[in-house]
Amino acid sequence: MGMEGIGARVVRKEDKRFITGKGKYTDDMVVPGMKQAHFVRSPHAHAKIKSIDTSAAEKMPGVIGILNGAQLTEDAIGNIICGWMIHSKDGSPMNMGVWRPLAQDTVRYVGDAVAIVVADTKAQARDAAEAVVVEYETLPVVTSAVEALKEGAPQIHPEAKGNLIFDWEIGDAAATDAAIASAAHVTEMKIVNNRLVPNPMEPRAALGVYDEGEDHYTLWTTSQNPHVARLVLSAFYNVAPENKLRVIAPDVGGGFGSKIYIYPEEIVCLWASKRTGVPVKWNCDRTEAFLTDAHGRDHVSTVKMAFDANNKITGFKVDTIANLGAYMSLFSSSVPTYLYATLLSGQYNIPAIHANVRTVYTNTVPVDAYRGAGRPEATYLMERVMETAARELGVTPAELRRTNFIREFPHQTPVIMCYDAGDYEASLSAAMKASDYDGFPARKAEAKSRGKLRGIGMSCYIEACGIAPSAAVGSLGAGVGLWESAEVRVNAVGTVEILTGSHSHGQGHETTFAQLVAGRFGVGIDSVSVVHGDTDKVQMGMGTYGSRSGAVGMSAVVKALDKVEAKARKIAAHLMEADESDIVIENGELKVAGTDKSVPWFQMALAAYTAHNLPEGMEPGLKEGAFYDPSNFTFPAGCYICEVEVDPETGKTEIVQFVAADDFGKIINPMIVEGQVHGGLAQGIGQALLEGTHYDPETGQLLTASYMDYTMPRADDLPSFQVSTTETACPSNPLGIKGCGEAGAIGSPPALINAITDAIGNNDLTMPATAPRVWAALRSAQ
Amino acid sequence: MATVSMTVNGRTVSGQCEDRTLLVQFIRENLGLTGTHVGCDTSQCGACVVHVDGKAVKSCTMLAAQADGSEVMTIEGLASGGELHPVQAAFREHHGLQCGFCTPGMIMSAVDMIKRHGGQLDEKTVRSELEGNICRCTGYHNIVKAILDASSKMGDGARIAAE
Repeated sequence: MGMEGIGARVVRKEDKRFITGKGKYTDDMVVPGMKQAHFVRSPHAHAKIKSIDTSAAEKMPGVIGILNGAQLTEDAIGNIICGWMIHSKDGSPMNMGVWRPLAQDTVRYVGDAVAIVVADTKAQARDAAEAVVVEYETLPVVTSAVEALKEGAPQIHPEAKGNLIFDWEIGDAAATDAAIASAAHVTEMKIVNNRLVPNPMEPRAALGVYDEGEDHYTLWTTSQNPHVARLVLSAFYNVAPENKLRVIAPDVGGGFGSKIYIYPEEIVCLWASKRTGVPVKWNCDRTEAFLTDAHGRDHVSTVKMAFDANNKITGFKVDTIANLGAYMSLFSSSVPTYLYATLLSGQYNIPAIHANVRTVYTNTVPVDAYRGAGRPEATYLMERVMETAARELGVTPAELRRTNFIREFPHQTPVIMCYDAGDYEASLSAAMKASDYDGFPARKAEAKSRGKLRGIGMSCYIEACGIAPSAAVGSLGAGVGLWESAEVRVNAVGTVEILTGSHSHGQGHETTFAQLVAGRFGVGIDSVSVVHGDTDKVQMGMGTYGSRSGAVGMSAVVKALDKVEAKARKIAAHLMEADESDIVIENGELKVAGTDKSVPWFQMALAAYTAHNLPEGMEPGLKEGAFYDPSNFTFPAGCYICEVEVDPETGKTEIVQFVAADDFGKIINPMIVEGQVHGGLAQGIGQALLEGTHYDPETGQLLTASYMDYTMPRADDLPSFQVSTTETACPSNPLGIKGCGEAGAIGSPPALINAITDAIGNNDLTMPATAPRVWAALRSAQ
Repeated sequence: MATVSMTVNGRTVSGQCEDRTLLVQFIRENLGLTGTHVGCDTSQCGACVVHVDGKAVKSCTMLAAQADGSEVMTIEGLASGGELHPVQAAFREHHGLQCGFCTPGMIMSAVDMIKRHGGQLDEKTVRSELEGNICRCTGYHNIVKAILDASSKMGDGARIAAE
């Protein structure tokens, strides 16, 4: 069974249902009497609602009910919350405006939900929604965070004067300024991190079912964290008490952060089910997803990095303006602060760091965590600056990084984080070797002979995963603890069920979590079932995001397995009249070391349940639970090297090679880890090369709201990737896992932009580096 | 309302639907075959690819009524007698899927692609031909590997099927 344990490249248990069309996603659910919903949404980015006339729509065929914000208020449904309190540097709490699940007086972005129509069919609901007449008085619009901070900009929320949500800082301003003032060299840059739309392939959906007989609610939803959804729907939105609410996130078709949040539609569908007396299903279309799923990134930063005469970094100063959109989404405040500025030390020894972050309301979709969440923004600054500084200082990019690498651990940075383990030299060397870095000049010359401009760029990223130690994040303003829970049930026949608060929406938990048991007890993974995504089955959980399922979720499983193993040993020792310390578990048997005595795993389990012959005083059964609260973040790190060829005639970039060398600590299933890296790289390359989110600045209309306008990476935009890993085990969790879900998206954008700017000889290039932009940058350099 | 009859996965089916009903809606809602997915509104993503009269078609670009009298195969009809189609097996073997949402459309496109190219595929062709199928999870790396592997394993068989 060692072939299925930790480190084994086993194929996924969950795949069979997906490749045969038997997956069960939220929109596949059908319940008796189910009706369909469509939302009436604001066509304006900023407007007063003067009136809502539903009289004509109510007479349309199939219409069951039309509900708006007034009825929501009648039922005391709460405001949508932000779960992380940030204080400005003057000590004042963040200026949070009101977000109603259905807008009542004012709409603040195109797509803001105003009413829900419930009808027999989707088409009827849509037809009736078009017949709802909403009278608006349009207001001035602002979509750029920089513009929104200017004097005289349209005011979006009365609570946030000048649209400023908070003005926050971290680090030592005086020390950093002094380092810059006395530097031998200062590299200065203005850097934009482009706004992205997450785009999991499954659009969001919700099915709310109210059972009048039981006064009970069930919500099927496309969620990365159904327990958090239940908690928030109950404690803050007042839809139903927690014990009367079951939230089920069945198969979920990707999340990337965008399915962490509890959106207006889920609240409203659940509430509307009681109000209309029918089960209410909503499935969003793709343009609706562009208009309403939380977006990612959207930072504008200016940075200064100071170096001494030996090219050692002496200070790093960052000023960032972050666009949070029209409302504060659930974790929006944490992304440009504690998930971002705490990583501004990168892989380097930097004695003084200071970052100032202003977050701003605009008439755009709320912005929140998207794959990487803050860490890609930090890495992009750091690694663009390092490459630029190397060019300015006349040293190689590798040399400048090596001069500044952190080499001793633990390492306390000036921005909270204490890195516990790493070997940055190892990943840099591995990536340089894999990419044949030394052979680049010859390849560049060969490309030139074909009329192509070849460039190479690197990025040495670090991130913080294993989110997160509860007390630590609590002290920083988090409204929740970020532990994870697990339960391990050994059935009477020896099969095993793992119930986890982690949620799999592509990560393969049904396989990797089962591998933990296979490795531990020698039980085949087919005898292990992983149960997740249902609040009636799993006790409690915090869900999956921030690459936490391995480092935190699996650690909870390990804790529960420890307890199961301890009891199993006692039972086996009793059955074989041996000493507990002599019991070894291997190949599905509990053996007495040094003898031929053994009890099969299933027989031990059966003994636990028959309870005919258990040690004195032992309770029957074999089921244990555990909560695991991490003691530190984990720090995956690595080096990515990208090589491109630019066609000078068209500006089109071709990625000819992409090498990734990552340190994720211990790996449970290399095949799945490689897949996570591939997907992350594609999203990071998408950001750097293709994906631009454009609002019309005058009207606030989202101009890139479909796959006709927003460029998703396709197969022919990407190369095959060369991925490999180095390993330093994480010392803070029992498996030594660091996490791998976000690294690709974090590390790849700067590597790609560094490569293109190297190729074209112009460092002034903004993401996405589309062919017209590259062409223009090339022309202006000549 | 239209009355529509077709053969789906070898079974004759008929149903009443509004004239504007798309083939994908008929498959999902009337027939309850929910393996065929809808990932966009503009016929870009390919999550809804099925075979109509032997050819890969985005079932969101076609009215149910247009498929009247056709032979339709969905992802649910691809495996025969409990045995996975080689393309399904290759997707599993090479980890060509993560969340699984684009997977049915990817597999149906890949089966059609391999058949059209008679088992003679290279990476560039596969990447180019996947232009109409979007995946957000895998970065396509393992999808391409799976299709190339299935193509080479099907080899002559794929050529015969195409003739």
